[in-house]
Amino acid sequence: MPKIFINEKPIKVDDGITVLQACEIAGIEIPRFCYHERLSIAGNCRMCLVEMENSVKPVASCAMPVAEGMNIKTNTEMVEKARKGVMEFLLINHPLDCPICDQGGECDLQDQAMAYGKGFSRFVEKKRAVKDKHLGPLIKTHMTRCIHCTRCVRFSEEVAGNNQLGTVGRGEDTEITSYLEKTIDSELSGNVIDLCPVGALTSKPYAFVARPWELKKTNSIDVFDAVGSNIRLDSKGDKILRVLPRINEDINEEWISDKTRFAYDGLNHQRIDRFYVRDSNGDIQESSEETVLKLLKSKFSETDKKKIFSFCGNLLDCESIFSFKSFLKKINSDNLDCRQDNSFFIPKKRSSYLFNSTISGIDDSDLCVIVGSDLRKEAPIIGARLRKRSLEKDNNYPVIRIGYKYDLSMKTIELGNSYSSILNLQKNMYKKLISKAKKPLFIIGQGPLCSPEGEEIFNYLLSLHNSLVKDFTWNGFNILQNYSGRVGALDLEFYNKKNTKRNNIKDIYNGKYKVLYLFDADEIDFSKIPKDTFVIYHGHHGDKAVSRADVIIPMPCFTEKEGIYVNLEGRAQISRQIKMPISNVEHTWEFFNKFLSELGIEREYNSIQELRNLMFNQYPNLMKINECKSEKMFKVKSVKRNFSKNDILSNISNFYMTDSVSRNSPTMSSCSLEINNNI
Amino acid sequence: MSTSKFKIIAEEQSQPLTFNFSSENLTKAKKIIKMYPSNFKESSIMPLLSIAQEQNHGWLPKKAIEYVSNFIEVPEIKVLEIATFYSMYNLSPVGKFHIEVCTTTPCMLRGSDPMLDLCKKKFGLEIGGITEDGLFSLGRVECLGACVNAPVVKINENYYEDLDSESLNTLLDSLKMNKKVKIGPQSKRKGSEPVK
Repeated sequence: MPKIFINEKPIKVDDGITVLQACEIAGIEIPRFCYHERLSIAGNCRMCLVEMENSVKPVASCAMPVAEGMNIKTNTEMVEKARKGVMEFLLINHPLDCPICDQGGECDLQDQAMAYGKGFSRFVEKKRAVKDKHLGPLIKTHMTRCIHCTRCVRFSEEVAGNNQLGTVGRGEDTEITSYLEKTIDSELSGNVIDLCPVGALTSKPYAFVARPWELKKTNSIDVFDAVGSNIRLDSKGDKILRVLPRINEDINEEWISDKTRFAYDGLNHQRIDRFYVRDSNGDIQESSEETVLKLLKSKFSETDKKKIFSFCGNLLDCESIFSFKSFLKKINSDNLDCRQDNSFFIPKKRSSYLFNSTISGIDDSDLCVIVGSDLRKEAPIIGARLRKRSLEKDNNYPVIRIGYKYDLSMKTIELGNSYSSILNLQKNMYKKLISKAKKPLFIIGQGPLCSPEGEEIFNYLLSLHNSLVKDFTWNGFNILQNYSGRVGALDLEFYNKKNTKRNNIKDIYNGKYKVLYLFDADEIDFSKIPKDTFVIYHGHHGDKAVSRADVIIPMPCFTEKEGIYVNLEGRAQISRQIKMPISNVEHTWEFFNKFLSELGIEREYNSIQELRNLMFNQYPNLMKINECKSEKMFKVKSVKRNFSKNDILSNISNFYMTDSVSRNSPTMSSCSLEINNNI
Repeated sequence: MSTSKFKIIAEEQSQPLTFNFSSENLTKAKKIIKMYPSNFKESSIMPLLSIAQEQNHGWLPKKAIEYVSNFIEVPEIKVLEIATFYSMYNLSPVGKFHIEVCTTTPCMLRGSDPMLDLCKKKFGLEIGGITEDGLFSLGRVECLGACVNAPVVKINENYYEDLDSESLNTLLDSLKMNKKVKIGPQSKRKGSEPVK
């Protein structure tokens, strides 16, 4: 550990860090534009200059490694003068358009110009002007403002891995662009907006919408995929205006996917804000709660309880799922399921549906086997984390992939597309490779698990895993869930314990059930539901289900209630309430309580707090917010050794539209049009 | 400061529809790739671009950039970065005589601006332009490394040094008339010895 002096104060720091990081540890802020702790060091903005003893010139602290006995000064006249000089150069070609710039108020250049700017310009020549670039429907460019820190270029190369941004030209003519202004097709592209220290890259949907100081900031979590990225929701009045990432090293580090960032505008479109009932002509008519409750009462009392089936949706919080489950228990209906995709799992065994290694566990692993999972579409954050691991120094991280090929921008060993190619893992060469690894990682996607062969595939892979892995303290057998509400629903046992065969959807299509209660569930094929099935849709978006539903009941969406979500690692997190429910729609538990009174059944709880206490009593793991309990893997038998020749497909074909909210988001639909067509 | 660009990517109508290495160049290119380790493929971008430019009459069309990027499996933007950075690569058609005027500090102090203006006026060209007869095209370059003989103009492969308006004018005239010209210093100097 070298000992260095910063402003005469001695400090011991780790070997190999830079002077800038050492200053940060000592509590001294160094201005910077190009340096970013998660990107490689470029050293091209020169803003971080400090004085170093025995050096005639000031040194760029971000690119200078610490050495024993170094004497750094950050508050001398020389440093002040050097930084002022750099700032003057940076401002030469930077337009004075802060009043109309979206970055205004949260701009690094603006803030640092307050500290180091001259306040006037000595530059009388013509300023340079750069044409704006088209980078797709998400990123708005104003390239005259660019100061060439190249953070965006390094991000696209190092984190996103798509290598689509670059610096063309040289000297004064340097410009940041994509090749011939092609649309950036990365699922993480939105992060360059946060990285840009000036207003050159800003958010297109958020353009000219608000100033940062007008916004109410709420820390929450993302529900558009199962990763549970930590986010900050910025809202004004009752509208969410933008979504920004929060740092959580265990989950999303500092990045969020484009769906997380931009799908929020779907919350303002196609909302269900009142009750509807389908009349005898087949048209839906506006109705009232009383009529709906009376109608439902007659339906529920005249139908055999065995003929009622309930589905809960993919984006629901635990409280809503629990309120629905306890309602169904009260009315003695036990035909229920949370898996509209027939995904395979083993009841009561948490490790059969979790990402057991945890997301940060990827960093410790030393080999990866991906079976039928499109990481770019299903969980871009996990894809980026895996890519980061595969590019680490030793550069020896084998990634074996089974399933269709997509650009993962890392070296992979391809074992084929079909289910039968899973058996290739049996080959000695791969067996050796896997057993040599100390901490191998298996990632199994929902595509294969939802297929009819799901159970056999799970058992086969698990027994292979158990036979090859020696270290029992490490559990790297991971199931990649696609939906934020799924793990919570499985934890809450929202399935029929007696019927674990995966034939519920078939039974519904065959008309086994007379009443179908869809609790925010709209991923099934509505054209296949028999005409005489009575369909109740309880949801927040007028999406697919509305065209078939006989009764429509409104509910608040996830930003309108506080709720616990369990992410794919099994980590419970709280999603916060941003605003009151639209048109004062009732919370789901309030509605179910009213429904129970209508049916003449006693209610179990009277407030959200009572509901939570009930839930925590039965499922105590939900109480442990932000904790991740590691689960042990178990043994399986009965391994079938022949799989079909069908291709393994991912469950998600369009990254930008996976649920009722993102399907109704204008931004997501323009992405879907522009980006998916380009690929 | 000027807003002129080093590089202008040629208009769509002058872009060829396809580009492929000729069989001769293909063998050359394969040899070049072997000179670099497989994890440093980017290193071979420059020689490959030179071959492509030679084959395509002194300039690189978009298709050539895409071809090279495909050839060594490097993202297109990385190849474009290099093609736009170095003044030796041209991204739009050049004339039979491609004039490159050095405008870096020593040449500028010794009067490169009048040289540039003369070329502009004489042929009615802007930087990056080409005359209608396809004989002359004009470019501005960074230091050619011959500061001791400033101002310097490079025409195709040759340097013409110690220029003034008069000597440059006669030089261009004789090139136009296909006369033989003196390469190197246009003054009485033989090389870069001190002026007597």
